[in-house]
Amino acid sequence: MKSKLLVTTGCVVALVAGTAAQQRALINGAGATFPNPIYSKWFDEYHKMHPDVAINYQSVGSGAGIRQITSQTVFFGATDGPMTSEQLLAAPGKIFHFPTVLGAVVPVYNIPNVRAELKFSGPLLADIFLGKVTKWNDPAIAKLNAGATLPATDITVVHRSDGSGTTYIWVDYLAKVSPEWKNKVGVGQSPNWPAGIGGKGNEGVSGLVTQTPGAIGYVELIYALQNKISYGPVQNMAGEFVKATVESVTAAAAEAVAKMPPDFRVSITNAPGKSAYPISSFTWLLLYENPKDKAQSKVMVDFMKWALGDGQKLAAGLGYAPLPDGVVKLELAQLAKVKVS
Amino acid sequence: MPQTRTSGDLGFRIGTGLFGFVVIAIVGMIAFELTRQSLPTIQKFGLNFWRTQTWDPIAGQFGALPFIWGTLYSSILALAIAAPIALGIAVFIAELCPGRIQRPLVFLTELLAAIPSIVYGLWGVFVLVPAVRALETSMPEVLRRLPIFSGPARGVGMLSAALILAIMVVPFTSSVAREVLKSVPNTQREGAYALGATRLEAIRAALFYARTGILGAVMLGFGRALGETMAVTMVIGNDPNVTASLFAPQYTMAAVLANEFSEAADPLHLSALVEIGLVLFTITLIVNLLSRLLIWSMARSARGPAVATATQAAAA
Repeated sequence: MKSKLLVTTGCVVALVAGTAAQQRALINGAGATFPNPIYSKWFDEYHKMHPDVAINYQSVGSGAGIRQITSQTVFFGATDGPMTSEQLLAAPGKIFHFPTVLGAVVPVYNIPNVRAELKFSGPLLADIFLGKVTKWNDPAIAKLNAGATLPATDITVVHRSDGSGTTYIWVDYLAKVSPEWKNKVGVGQSPNWPAGIGGKGNEGVSGLVTQTPGAIGYVELIYALQNKISYGPVQNMAGEFVKATVESVTAAAAEAVAKMPPDFRVSITNAPGKSAYPISSFTWLLLYENPKDKAQSKVMVDFMKWALGDGQKLAAGLGYAPLPDGVVKLELAQLAKVKVS
Repeated sequence: MPQTRTSGDLGFRIGTGLFGFVVIAIVGMIAFELTRQSLPTIQKFGLNFWRTQTWDPIAGQFGALPFIWGTLYSSILALAIAAPIALGIAVFIAELCPGRIQRPLVFLTELLAAIPSIVYGLWGVFVLVPAVRALETSMPEVLRRLPIFSGPARGVGMLSAALILAIMVVPFTSSVAREVLKSVPNTQREGAYALGATRLEAIRAALFYARTGILGAVMLGFGRALGETMAVTMVIGNDPNVTASLFAPQYTMAAVLANEFSEAADPLHLSALVEIGLVLFTITLIVNLLSRLLIWSMARSARGPAVATATQAAAA
C-alpha cells in the first residue's frame, strides 16, 4: 500500500517536472469581440511557428476585457474604445494601449424598390438616428441623392442592443458631426437611443434591417463584406463621398500619425483627407507596463513584435485595415518600455 | 441492532438536512451578493431606481421602470395566451385522449420544452416576426387607433415577445397540469358519474379537485416567462418604453442584463445592472410568495368532504 503510494507520488512529481522543463507558455487575454477574427488568426499562426507558446483569447466584450485586466485575472486586455482616464487610474499599475488593426463601421439600409446606392452625410445620419428625419423621401436625403426615386416609407432605425465597440465608433462619429447628438446622447458603448429598435449583435442588426422595409442600421465592415450586405458611402470631412474599403480606412489612420498622442488613445472618426473613410477606428490591445509575470511578458512582447510586423499582412484578408508604418514605429518604441525582466 | 439503526437514521437525517440547508444558503448568498454589488446605485438613486424611466449609461442616469414593466407585461400576456392552451392540452391528454396517441402527444409537448431558447429566438426572428408584421399592417385603421395597437408596424415588439414566450411556457405548464390531473383519485370522477354527471361535469370535478396543483403549474410557467432572456431579446426590440401598445418595442430585465453586462466598464453602470438583477430576484420572490399564499388559501377553503366538491362542481 505504502509503496504504491510512493510510486504514484513519484509519477506525479515526474509529470510536473516534465511540464516545467518544456517551458510551455500559456497566456490568457480577454476583451473586444470586434477584432476576435484577426486575433484568433494571429494566435493560431503564432502557435504554429512557436509550438511552445499558446495564447488564449476570450472575446467577452471590451467592457469585460477592461474589467478583467484591471483585476489582473488575464494577462492582456483588448478594447474598441480606449480606456477612460478614470479607468486607467483605477488599475493597479500603468496600462499601455497598443493599436493592433483598424476597422470601419458602415450604414446598411433596406428600402423596397430602391436599387441605387444611397449616399449619406454625417449630419444626415445623426438626424436619422436622432429620430428627426423620419421618411425616406425627406428633402435632406433627396438632396444628397439626386436622381434616386425615394419612397415615402417610414424610416426604422436599428441599433445594437448589446453594449458594443461598433456602437462606440458609430456614436463617436455622430457626436463629432452633430452638436445636437453630442449634447443629447453623448458617446459610449450603450447610449440612451433617442429612436429605433435594438438588435443583438451584428447579426441581430443586419437581420432586422434586411427584414424590415425602410430600416437603416450600422454594422462592422467585415460583417457587411462577409455577408454581402450592401452599404452606402459616407461624406468625409473633405466633402468626398467615400465607401469603406481597406484602403480608405488606412487612409483615415495615416492622417492620424502626425497628431498621435503618446498614449495612442485617439479617435480617428471624421478624419481629414480626401480619400479617408470617416467612420474608422483603431482597436487596442492592453498591456501592463510592469507585469507581474516576467516570463509571460517576454513571450507577449515577442508576439507583439510579430503581430505589428508580419502579422499585419494577415489583416486585409479578414477585412481589417493594416496599421500605417508610422504608427507601427511609434508602437515599437512603446513596446520596448514593457518590462520583461 | 436497534442502536446502529437509529444512528444510521440520524446520519441520514443530518445528511439530507445539510443538503436542504445548502439551498437556503445559496439563496441567501445570492441576495447578499446582489445587494452588496448594487450598493452604489441603491445609495445614489434609492427608490427612484424603481420608478423612473431614464436609462442612460453615458449620463449615469438609471431608472429601471421600463424593464420592470416590460418583464411583467410580457410575462402576463404570455401567461394569458399559454394558460388556456396548456390546460386544454393537459385535460385532453389526461382525460380524453385515446391511448394510442397519448404517448406521442406527451413526447411532443415535452420535446418543445427541450428546444434551446436561441432556437426559439431564431425562429422568432425569421418566421414569427414577419408574420406578426403582416398581421400588424393588415389590421384595420379603426383598431390601430386603440392605444394597445398604436405605433408603426415593425413586427418586433411586445406582441412577438409575448407570443414566443407563450409557446415556450406551454410545455411546462401542460406537463405539470397533466401530472396533477392524473393524480386525482378516480373515486372523484366515479363519484361525479354516480351522481349523474356528464363527462364534461366529471372533468370539471377533477379540475376543481386539482385546482391548487394546476395553479402551481401556471405559476411555474410564469416564473419561466419572467426569466427568459435570449428568445425575448431577439424579438422584443430592446427599447426601454413604458407603454401598453403591443406593437411598440420594449425591453425586459433579463434582456438588458444579457445585452449590457459584458460591455459595462463604468462602476455605476455595472452597479445598476446588478441592481436590475436584484429587482428581478425580488419580483420573482414576491410572485412565488403570492402564489404560495393563493394556493394555501385555496387549500384551506377546500377542506370539505371530497363528495361535496364533486357535487358542487356537478351542480355548478
